[in-house]
Amino acid sequence: MVSAALAPAALPPGMALSVERVSHGFVLQDELLPVLQDIALDIEPGEFVALLGPSGCGKSTLLRLIAGLEPPRGGRILADGLPITGPDPSRVVVFQDPTLYPWRTVWDNVALGLEARGILKSQRHRVDQALELVGLARFASALPHQLSGGMAQRAALARALVNDPRLLILDEPLGKLDSLTRLTMQGELVSLWQRAGFTALMVTHDIEEALFLATRVIVFSDRPARIVEELRVDRPYPRHRDDPELVRLRQRILERLGLGGSW
Amino acid sequence: MRALRPLGTVGGLLLFWQLAVWLTGVPPYILPGPLAVGQALVGRASLLAGHAGITLTEILLGFALGSLAGALAALLLVASRHARRWLMPVLVMSQALPVFALAPLLVLWLGFGLGSKIAMAVLIIFFPVTLTFFDGLRRTETGWLELARVMGAGPSAMLWQIRLPASLPALGSGLRVAAAVAPIGAVVGEWVGSSGGLGFLMLHANARMQVDLMFAALAILAVMAVGLWWTVDRVMAALVRWQPDTYQNPR
Repeated sequence: MVSAALAPAALPPGMALSVERVSHGFVLQDELLPVLQDIALDIEPGEFVALLGPSGCGKSTLLRLIAGLEPPRGGRILADGLPITGPDPSRVVVFQDPTLYPWRTVWDNVALGLEARGILKSQRHRVDQALELVGLARFASALPHQLSGGMAQRAALARALVNDPRLLILDEPLGKLDSLTRLTMQGELVSLWQRAGFTALMVTHDIEEALFLATRVIVFSDRPARIVEELRVDRPYPRHRDDPELVRLRQRILERLGLGGSW
Repeated sequence: MRALRPLGTVGGLLLFWQLAVWLTGVPPYILPGPLAVGQALVGRASLLAGHAGITLTEILLGFALGSLAGALAALLLVASRHARRWLMPVLVMSQALPVFALAPLLVLWLGFGLGSKIAMAVLIIFFPVTLTFFDGLRRTETGWLELARVMGAGPSAMLWQIRLPASLPALGSGLRVAAAVAPIGAVVGEWVGSSGGLGFLMLHANARMQVDLMFAALAILAVMAVGLWWTVDRVMAALVRWQPDTYQNPR
């Protein structure tokens, strides 16, 4: 079995995250454009949290701060109680674009994290396992330009998973895929998360996707982003998209986003 | 078949040239036809070969040294902020100098032999290679760099594993330009002062109204320049296998 080596027991449990009154903004033409305003958010280990909100509201900015790519202008973010000071392989990001290195084969792309930390030689099997996990074992020696959109995003997912992340940060990872691939990969994401036990934090535009995947959905306002609603999705997995409870929650989110009349 | 197409174009042009010479009756000391040039190529083969060997050595050494120096300078510029601050302005200003004006000086300092021609070629190759390669290294996609950072790559891994491969297409453009201008450097060097080489031969042939010999030297020079350019193009295409885009096979 593929899952043996990545079974929950061999993995660290998910990461606890607390976002404490974080504000952030960008300087545009000498003026500060506020993007995030007083965001406070606590995420328990092993939760799957979806951030939902209008396009351009600052959800992705929050992910960048949590990934450690930028420091917040105000407030702080704690990972397992310690302030985040920079990027770390325990908190990996999967971007909307697969961002594969076109000169590296799929295998070498996935191996990047282990290579960067100098542990690839003794851990080569982890690359094979990660590829197996996302169903790309047969494409290990392909170059990125030979992959379809869905396969490229699977490779990007394998590249994140190979690091055994304790927090998986997903920035609209399925946003550019066709709807069928998208449905398949939503199911795969759930089972990966259930198997590995990491904490998952995902930005999405898709209400159904959020409700299908997440244990908790956080709804953001337009920029500067504030949290306007927090919904617990207390339904067992695998979920069904026409579950009446999910339909009810969807209606509530739509109303929150000012789209209540459109359904 | 596809490889023959450019030959067809060249053949057509040669035919047009020969016809024009026949029809206008222009004297051979003004414009010899391709047949006359061909005769010169065959008849003076050993003379031409000797001079061609000298020029080829100058071009190849100039290309190799100039490209190497340019690539190293680009790496230095991207690796060190101090190098950028202290060297970049000087580099850019040096390009305002007409490099060809330095040719007589180079001959004065390095003599009539290979040295001054190689130096000339190096001088004109250095800048395009440095600039294109440096731009390629600098303009690596932010996503690629951020991802490597998230995965725990340090500054040196970022340079060698990410920036360097990402900049190979840009280096390729620089080297193609270098391959195209290297023969110019060598020939200009020879014109200013030399005791051998195709440029030297052309000057002498011109002075003695042996225009057919001049054209023969020019043809050999063209073949060498195209050969160098083609080789560089092939090598870069093999190195940048992931971006199947060469001049012979554009996307």
